[in-house]
Amino acid sequence: MADKSSSNAYWRANIRTIQLYLVIWFVSSFGLGILLRPMLSGIGVGGTDLGFWFAQQGSIIVFLILIFAYAARMNKLDKEHGVEE
Amino acid sequence: MDQFTLNLLVVGATFALYFGIAIWARAGSTAEFYAAGGGVHPVLNGMATGADWMSAASFISMAGIIAFGGYDTSAYLMGWTGGYVLLAMLLAPYLRKFGKFTVPEFIGDRFYSGTARVIAVICLLIASITYVIGQMSGVGVAFSRFLEVEASTGLYIGAAVVFAYAVLGGMKGITYTQVAQYVVLIIAYTIPAVFISLNLTGNPIPALGLFSEAKTSGQPLLTTLEGLVTDLGFKSYLNQSDTTLNMFLFTVSLMIGTAGLPHVIVRFFTVPKVSDARSSAGWALVFIALLYLTAPAVAAMARMNLINTVYPEGVQAAPLSYEARPDWVKNWEKTGLLKFEDKNGDGLINYVGAKDANELTVNNDIMVLANPEIAQLPGWVIALVAAGGLAAALSTAAGLLMAISSAVSHDLIKGQINPGISEKGELLAARISMAVAIVVATYLGLNPPGFAAQTVALAFGLAASSIFPALMMGIFSKRINSKGAVAGMLAGLLSTIVYIFLHKGWFFLADTASFSDSDPLFLSIKSTSFGAIGAAINFAVAYFVSNASDEVPADVQELVESIRIPKGAGAATGH
Repeated sequence: MADKSSSNAYWRANIRTIQLYLVIWFVSSFGLGILLRPMLSGIGVGGTDLGFWFAQQGSIIVFLILIFAYAARMNKLDKEHGVEE
Repeated sequence: MDQFTLNLLVVGATFALYFGIAIWARAGSTAEFYAAGGGVHPVLNGMATGADWMSAASFISMAGIIAFGGYDTSAYLMGWTGGYVLLAMLLAPYLRKFGKFTVPEFIGDRFYSGTARVIAVICLLIASITYVIGQMSGVGVAFSRFLEVEASTGLYIGAAVVFAYAVLGGMKGITYTQVAQYVVLIIAYTIPAVFISLNLTGNPIPALGLFSEAKTSGQPLLTTLEGLVTDLGFKSYLNQSDTTLNMFLFTVSLMIGTAGLPHVIVRFFTVPKVSDARSSAGWALVFIALLYLTAPAVAAMARMNLINTVYPEGVQAAPLSYEARPDWVKNWEKTGLLKFEDKNGDGLINYVGAKDANELTVNNDIMVLANPEIAQLPGWVIALVAAGGLAAALSTAAGLLMAISSAVSHDLIKGQINPGISEKGELLAARISMAVAIVVATYLGLNPPGFAAQTVALAFGLAASSIFPALMMGIFSKRINSKGAVAGMLAGLLSTIVYIFLHKGWFFLADTASFSDSDPLFLSIKSTSFGAIGAAINFAVAYFVSNASDEVPADVQELVESIRIPKGAGAATGH
């Protein structure tokens, strides 16, 4: 069993990672795809604008990168804090 | 070879494959039955999750919804994929570490309350049963259209196939069959899309073709489509018509609803390790994205092909005469999903935006299925699409039936009624409840309640407003106690149900509705978007009630500590 302080440090590092990644998650979908779309209307992408692309494809690609980045980052944190399986 | 024989051959071959897997992967223990023994490789598990998640709604309906809804319907694309980010970071690894079989079991243990567990079972049953009705009626439609049998006969065949591999194999049989079904459905979705993209833009990758130039006009495809729909008086394809608030809340509801659907969550109990649960969510999204990145292209191209079929000389010229309509129109007219009404009596198909002048109504659900016929693709592609639609509906139905049967046998019978039941007895109970669930689902598929489509909103609303917040608070807070969790779940659940019923009618009886679906009194928030607000109510009530009552017992606090770190995870057990 890992000692209490190291698992607390591990959990805090996990929470910080999640917060950062959720900000990116939010900006790529709700931000660029919906709320900020009017501001991006000047940037053209194949017959429409960047906001439309983020809403229909870009956000999905960002989601994919986020999950694998999170999995890799957590595998590293697991080892650093000695809590891996 | 005629189309009917081709359909029969291709669908028959895929069904033989599913049967073969059923015999190979029989489950011997409850661990194999509920969680496939916890030994499924993350990539295979991701593929199975993809098939489990992508239902008739994703395969058949979604591209049609986008084709007619344009930008506003992007919420489906973002919502049904963004939920996997939440699953990977907020739920899956910790629930895998917890190491039990079902979602209600976690809620019962974490909130040390049989009441909480029963509420979770009720939410799970309502969400899963409403969802499974849609799959079963989808199976019936696909059979009747492509194999020219009665919808009811098609439904019996479909139910028999699911019965074989789900009851025999449990989660193990379901998982390996879903891997095969994923392969069938993704090939069936992609091949026609590639052909159509090549036809329209010359680009073989549909996701890129969407943003390429259309061959006919030399202009970008989307600009060309936008010109066509606005010339005909339809609402814009590229601009936003919905309110920003509603689109935002609808996307949130779909995302947290996805993360809270029990049949998706249990998929992460079947992998060997906690780290596999994280990467498995990523692999699931890879396989889902292969379809979801293609879907918006299918949508735009199908809409364009439809308009070009009706207006062969361009939208400024006269439309096609009804007598000259192509065969696919005649085929779909028989199903009632495509209708022509000659309002001005000129014998021409006037397909325009103005409701009182429009003469052609096309159901969302036929765009994907009719797509290969509209684009005049070879017969084997049409047969493949039929097999793909069936694979999507059957794989999701099996996953839902699994969630239903484990909730009944594990959470109700073993958890509440007869805790001393032997493993053999529980396995038998699980198989019987699965068989009963299939019979009920088949009956409801034969006699679908008129509100079948609307209940999907209810399924997502419940998952979003009750299950997701309870799971998340159970993992991320040590302060939320049993009273808070029960009060929060009930508040989220009831507020969502009442809001849906006020707008859609009590128990979906339309004449009992008090408000229209985007009533300005409620800031034009539609009932499908309310799950997000229900979830917020759940979080708030749970927080305040917990802070006003007792601390969480020390042993439960230790449980929370232990699920937060991966170390010490064993295979999923029932004890």
